[in-house]
Amino acid sequence: MLTKLTGGKVYDPANKIDGQIRDIYIRDGRIVERPLEHEPVNQEYNLSGKIVMAGAIDMHTHIGGGKVNIARMLLPEDHRGDPVAHTELCRAGCGHVAPSTLTTGYRYAEMGYTAGFEPAVLPINARQAHLEMGDTPIIDKGGYAMLGSDDLLLRMMAAKRDQNAINDYVAWTMHASQAMGIKVVNAGGISAFKFNQRFLDLDEQNSHYQVTPREVLNTLSRAVYELGVPHPLHVHGNNLGVPGNVETTLNTMAGVEGYPIHLTHIQFHSYGTEGDRKFSSGAARIAEAINQRKNVSADVGQILFGQTVTASGDNMSQFRNAHLGSPHKWVCMDIECDAGCGVVPFKYKDQNFVNALQWAIGLEIFLLVDDPWRIFLTTDHPNGAPFTSYPHLIKLLMDKTFRNDVFSRISPDAQAMSTLASIDREYSLYEIAIMTRAGAAKLVGLHDRGHLGAGAGADITVYTDQPDREAMFAKPDYVFKDGELVVKDGQVVKVTWGATHTVKPEFDRGIEKEIKKYFDAYHTVNMEHVKVTDQHIADDGRGRVQVHECKGRREKTTA
Amino acid sequence: MNNSTLPQAFQSITCPACGLLCDDIHLARDTTDNLAVTQNGCQKSITFFGRPALSSSAKINGKPASLDEAITRAAQLLSASKQPLFAGLGTDVNGMRSVMRLADKSGAVLDHMNSNGFMRNIQVIQNSGWQVTTLTEVRNRVDLLVIIGSDVVSILPRFFERVVWNKESMFGQDTGKREVVYLGGRDLDTNPGISPDGRKPQVLPCDSAHLPEVVATLRALVSGKKLYATEVAGITISDLQNLAERLAKAQYSVVAWAPPALNFAHAELTVQNITELVKTLNKTTRSSGLPLGGSDGDMSANQVCTWISGYPLRTSYARTYPEHDPYHFSTERLLNSGEADTLLWVSSFNPERTPPATKIPTIVLGHSAMTFEQVPEVFIPIATPGVDYSGIMFRMDNVVSLPVEQLRTNDLPTLSAVMSAIEEACTC
Repeated sequence: MLTKLTGGKVYDPANKIDGQIRDIYIRDGRIVERPLEHEPVNQEYNLSGKIVMAGAIDMHTHIGGGKVNIARMLLPEDHRGDPVAHTELCRAGCGHVAPSTLTTGYRYAEMGYTAGFEPAVLPINARQAHLEMGDTPIIDKGGYAMLGSDDLLLRMMAAKRDQNAINDYVAWTMHASQAMGIKVVNAGGISAFKFNQRFLDLDEQNSHYQVTPREVLNTLSRAVYELGVPHPLHVHGNNLGVPGNVETTLNTMAGVEGYPIHLTHIQFHSYGTEGDRKFSSGAARIAEAINQRKNVSADVGQILFGQTVTASGDNMSQFRNAHLGSPHKWVCMDIECDAGCGVVPFKYKDQNFVNALQWAIGLEIFLLVDDPWRIFLTTDHPNGAPFTSYPHLIKLLMDKTFRNDVFSRISPDAQAMSTLASIDREYSLYEIAIMTRAGAAKLVGLHDRGHLGAGAGADITVYTDQPDREAMFAKPDYVFKDGELVVKDGQVVKVTWGATHTVKPEFDRGIEKEIKKYFDAYHTVNMEHVKVTDQHIADDGRGRVQVHECKGRREKTTA
Repeated sequence: MNNSTLPQAFQSITCPACGLLCDDIHLARDTTDNLAVTQNGCQKSITFFGRPALSSSAKINGKPASLDEAITRAAQLLSASKQPLFAGLGTDVNGMRSVMRLADKSGAVLDHMNSNGFMRNIQVIQNSGWQVTTLTEVRNRVDLLVIIGSDVVSILPRFFERVVWNKESMFGQDTGKREVVYLGGRDLDTNPGISPDGRKPQVLPCDSAHLPEVVATLRALVSGKKLYATEVAGITISDLQNLAERLAKAQYSVVAWAPPALNFAHAELTVQNITELVKTLNKTTRSSGLPLGGSDGDMSANQVCTWISGYPLRTSYARTYPEHDPYHFSTERLLNSGEADTLLWVSSFNPERTPPATKIPTIVLGHSAMTFEQVPEVFIPIATPGVDYSGIMFRMDNVVSLPVEQLRTNDLPTLSAVMSAIEEACTC
């Protein structure tokens, strides 16, 4: 079966194609070279006048795992406002802040997204994250396993274990959790909260282990690098939401000895203490630091106004901020001496000084970071806003008039504290394609996604070029997933099950003896039962596990 | 069927008989496929695994029928139904996934056999949220355990062995010095709360019906309120004041409750007083709630229902989209009001959990040893997760999921296979 997409205007930054007219050929789910003249084309789509990009990739979205399900349980009143009836093709569910898994998959696909990565997979809860993602149709998925407040890592660090042993434990965790990366959340802080510490700055010690967040970040960023995991250490910084945390964030960037790191939802970590209200934008300093430090990338975690829910592993911060939430109800959990979670609903308001400035700070960061390959479009779904608001966010980035119009209506005090109106930059389609496709695939380590060259998986989105970018990105004409037409005119026309992306770095299996002994002594489950098998993911005909390459760099370092 | 591929002895097996999901069970299988717990058993696991391997046939109105005939009859009943009710729901993750598919297709209401208890917790989450913990945290951190209105062990037999009197702990705590307080209830078996060196737990008894005022009093004292009363429900205020002070001083107290034991009207308000006093304690120290439950797959059913529909249990697909209501969609109310006209009852772990008495046509997908006082229209014996096939289940703390294993081979179909076949045959 050969499919031809004819005459579209293609934006494929990985192959340096910037709006040129190209034909694309698809065979057996893959993009192929132009075939021989005599080969028959089975199906042809005339895309003349249309915009063609690879399927979009959300590299940080909370779509699976315990905290998302807690958010669902917590907010029936929100879901009631967005019922989704079943159709001939699609099953029922509900949408808005924490949509059902089925609705999540359909709506991502209907927006032209073909992959999403869950950034907070607790190793002890990894199976649930995969079960939920397994019930998320059409899109590909994967997750980053959370380390950094788990007792075993901190215990090993307190005992000054060598880097090789730690690398082995990190690799073991990635295998057990079927992860694509490693994430650290408030390094050491979730653990510190269990010992009743309420803040943990970069050089402050966890009171039990005498280990600092900086040491955790160094150790884990080095481990991820040496194991050859393509995705750099994914860092949720310390002091989320605290005025003045811009210093912590800048120190975090400077403190990892040049190892690659990705700072996630950096908007929440870019706050200064200037002005009458002791709350100001640190965006310019953050953007400047990202521009200078080539080992650093970031996603923004833009907030948008309206009701949402924040779901995070960082229960220290979530507990601290719970009183600001709306509606006023929240869940915090300590989890298995491994991690934690906190779920706090928020309603961001444009007339609230802090919320309005948060909104402006996020946009300032987007517009002041020069390199679109190192800054990513996220709302930290659902923490800043539900993922369904991405088309609106794209319009804010691409349309200065629209942006300034919204800016002129937010809290005047916040306007006075922001430089946003003076920034002229408008993102181009090519830059949007970098941020949401080519750059995201490269950052996550997906070699065959995010581009339209021969050999790539045929995940392709086709839009009508419209001046209203929100309307354009909300409703693609066609979405192909692995070569199959799954969405037409913004509606699902076929339901498929995407793959789960993982990496399996090499490691010394000898570490298992130590981990098993540890589990037997202290835990309530057997170590073997922590491991998520391929069967657990692909059971019931849902998708498959795709393992990506890891090139170990162990030989470059010594113990 | 060939059993030769399965071993005669098993180690580190997960037991689905209660919410603890202990995964250290040793078992032996004899030549007739009967299983016996050989190590780390408790009364519940011994009974659960000890049920003989019965082959039993499907029945229509009590008369043996082929599986196909029974499936066809079930599909006819559901196709003719205006408002089906899927209840019981004692199953694993994949079983529940199949329940969700058919519920969506047939417009059914979903409710679990344990909902009367755990809906109290759901209502608290939906009203004010809570701050809770999981078993490994308890095992390694608890210094003061307060149990409200329950003996724990009748629900979770190995609770004290596994997470209170464990010998080793991560942070060097002398676990033998942990303090246990039973607040409320009468004539509870408090012996498991005695420490290994013989120290007795504190017991502050009262009738369960008086728990609302006792718990409210404790919350008031924890919040620093001054009370003029000298006793409440037979417990002195000074005892409760002392308990409040110990909670404030403890480094990691755990306050546990068992929703089924709080069996009085609006018990959710008492649960809320527990969870809110825990939140108050966390202003200055660390404390966590611990809801005790998790039997008959209730956590698994609720988790799957929540991620697939977007709502926890007591959710209806009647209007082609899911709607959730902890009151309207209770089994009891739908049967008593006559709103449900067909009952599909799932109970794959326990033959004693039979459907409630009802006049409406009933389809039972149940444990093969199930017997009935009221013969259902259709009975299809199904395989038990964790004995007859491998699956995944959620533990009582709603976080940890564990694989349960196949231990023998037989002809019983899985719930998922039966539901899919019914779905195929259904014209709804």
